[in-house]
Amino acid sequence: MSAIKAKHQRLVLVLIALAALIGAGLLAAWALRNQASYFYVPSEFAAKPPELGRAVRLGGMVEGGSLKTEADGVTIRFVVGDGKARVPVTFKGIVPDLFKEGSGVVAEGKLGPNGTFVADNLLAKHDEKYVPREMKDMTAAQVKQTVAETK
Amino acid sequence: MIAELGLAALWLAAALAVLQLVAGALALTPRGAGMAGVVRPVAMVQGVLALIAFAALILLFCQTDLSVKLVAMNSHSAKPFIYKLAGTWGNHEGSMLLWVTVMGLAGGFVALVERRLPEPTMLATLAGQAFVSIGFYVFLLFASNPFERLPQPVVEGQGLNPLLQDIGLAFHPPTLYLGYVGLSIAFSFAIGALVTREVGPAFARAMRPWVMGAWIFLTVGITAGSYWAYYELGWGGWWFWDPVENASLMPWLAATALLHSASVLAARNALRAWTVMLGVVAFSMSMVGTFLVRSGILTSVHAFAVDPKRGSFILALLAINIGGALILFALRAATVTEGERFTVTSRESALVFNNVMLSGALGIVLMGTLYPLLAEAFGAKVSVGPPYFNPMTALFALPMLVVMAIGPLLNWRRDRFARVRARLIVPALLAGAVLLWLGLSSGIGLLPLLGLGLAAGLVPASLMPLRGRNLRRTPLPVWGMVVAHLGVAVALFGMACDSAYTVERLVAVRIGDKTEVGPLTVTLKSIEPVAGPNWTALEGEMLAAYLGGEPVALRPQARSFWAPPQQTSESALLTRWNGQLYAVLGEQAQDGRWQLRLWWKPFVTMIWLGGLMIALGGVIALIGRVVSDLRRLIARDKIAYRRERQGR
Repeated sequence: MSAIKAKHQRLVLVLIALAALIGAGLLAAWALRNQASYFYVPSEFAAKPPELGRAVRLGGMVEGGSLKTEADGVTIRFVVGDGKARVPVTFKGIVPDLFKEGSGVVAEGKLGPNGTFVADNLLAKHDEKYVPREMKDMTAAQVKQTVAETK
Repeated sequence: MIAELGLAALWLAAALAVLQLVAGALALTPRGAGMAGVVRPVAMVQGVLALIAFAALILLFCQTDLSVKLVAMNSHSAKPFIYKLAGTWGNHEGSMLLWVTVMGLAGGFVALVERRLPEPTMLATLAGQAFVSIGFYVFLLFASNPFERLPQPVVEGQGLNPLLQDIGLAFHPPTLYLGYVGLSIAFSFAIGALVTREVGPAFARAMRPWVMGAWIFLTVGITAGSYWAYYELGWGGWWFWDPVENASLMPWLAATALLHSASVLAARNALRAWTVMLGVVAFSMSMVGTFLVRSGILTSVHAFAVDPKRGSFILALLAINIGGALILFALRAATVTEGERFTVTSRESALVFNNVMLSGALGIVLMGTLYPLLAEAFGAKVSVGPPYFNPMTALFALPMLVVMAIGPLLNWRRDRFARVRARLIVPALLAGAVLLWLGLSSGIGLLPLLGLGLAAGLVPASLMPLRGRNLRRTPLPVWGMVVAHLGVAVALFGMACDSAYTVERLVAVRIGDKTEVGPLTVTLKSIEPVAGPNWTALEGEMLAAYLGGEPVALRPQARSFWAPPQQTSESALLTRWNGQLYAVLGEQAQDGRWQLRLWWKPFVTMIWLGGLMIALGGVIALIGRVVSDLRRLIARDKIAYRRERQGR
């Protein structure tokens, strides 16, 4: 064994390194399939909801009149819609500055057992110049339509 | 006038880079040997010209010359002076100019001082450096000219993104760029050594200080960037696995691997092809990172405004540079002869393990960063976050840290584990005791638990290489290694403590209400409007008392900037030796209560202290190497002088 190793040390090293890197790659691919969080709009969300407890992102418009603050002063409830479907969302925390009714939002979180989406982070439009990229996925027509329908 | 001067300097520098490449390449052929003398001076002048162009841009920003498009787009006359200065590199064009400036200066500096390598290798190295620079000059001059004038000067500029208006961030990009671009030297050395087939210990010794220098800047840059994200973004986290952060972490991982493999090559003449490969990979990772950030193809909390055309340009540059280097490597790798051999228990083996694990972690981060792009090509929109990155990188980092405790104690070439066992008893017992105690007593997560146990073992283990040595005669590079490894243990301790023991409170309170967070009691005293040079804010005053002691005032703000209009929240920090209180002021609810978000984060500051210790270790080792190199040079000169006198 040791004689073989001495003779082909370089080969052995290359093989070990390759095996480690390929192993890392496969492991990463497997973990990515399980851990990457997918982006949903409300209609997709309603048609085919994600598994309970899986981290996903939900993007849409905050429906007018749906925003309520709970008695603790820090938990909010609102409804995200895209004109076709509506998803109730709860969030506990400090909302981003430009988060308001009738504007777009991307909520990161999980589907709770009672059908409510539990967000642990909200992304809202910062200003005209800095738009979260997910927000651009909603076309202008979609946005207009949603705003009209939710008014 | 200044803008035109800057542009002229930039064109001249680009032209000199072409000359540097052509002269360097010709000088390697027998007929062009006469060109050899030109290359070094040209490299130096090119660096100076790039610096002049960059200085011109700084001047334009300081004067707020609104006839220049870049200034009009990114600056504002009412901005504090320091942010006018920092605005120079707080945008795409300016940061690319900074990139070529650092690249030119680094090349010029190598040309000025590096005399250890055979001249042909140096010529090939400088030609390689020029080749990479030319791509970036072309990019600047044709696709992102920083000196472009507006047909009509505007009345007022559009301002700088308020998130970037922070003293920490003002000097963060230049530090990081010194690191990124410093690695171009390693890349060029690798090219040079491959071209002239001079891969050996001398190559490693010449390359090592440059890699070390770049690595120090990267370490400081990443540490500072992490602290900036921590207090400026107001989310209480110190690392978000954001593409921009990953873009700085990937070159760091590659450079760390390169430093360790270069030390094997320098000391033992082994791992030759691997070291060259890492030299190529490290700078490639810098360029990939730049591509990811600059093209804006990935969502990021701190991405600049984006332009897809620039993305494709950088992608093309990337393909040419990395592809070219890899082809050269493939052609020449077979001629790199096998290095010295070593057994399984030896310092070389430990360093090989370190390299494989660092490369594995690099692969994990790279795949996680690129996966959203890949998925988007197939129509799925995904994002990858901590649930993927944390366990996957830990899978490679934890075994590597275990070996980090043992490796420095082993001898080169051949050793027995029994010889070092005695020195590992104390660290192993400590790690085991902490694991057992915390594992049984408290319900903290597996990763923080392993982190705390490992940190407890690593502190004594990283000091072990000093045992039995005469401390006054211990060489500086050994001290550097000890300090850096100790820094890793300290940072690990901070990370594990933060994720295991952070207490978070989210409350809505009225003026005068008390809130308990960990060992602290926080009282909201008042909310007052305040104004700054280009913002107004609501400022909360709160008093925080540690275990009923003397209260200390904290003042978090919710700021509204008006150029450009944007809201930011300025967190307030109370730093103690054993942790930090982190306070963010939220909105006022309908019933008049104020939202407060408070964290008590035990020992969180150790993360950045550890990061700085790692960098300090690098500085100590670098000083040691440079001093010993200088001593050797002086000694050689003395001998030569003596011989000359005797000869007479």
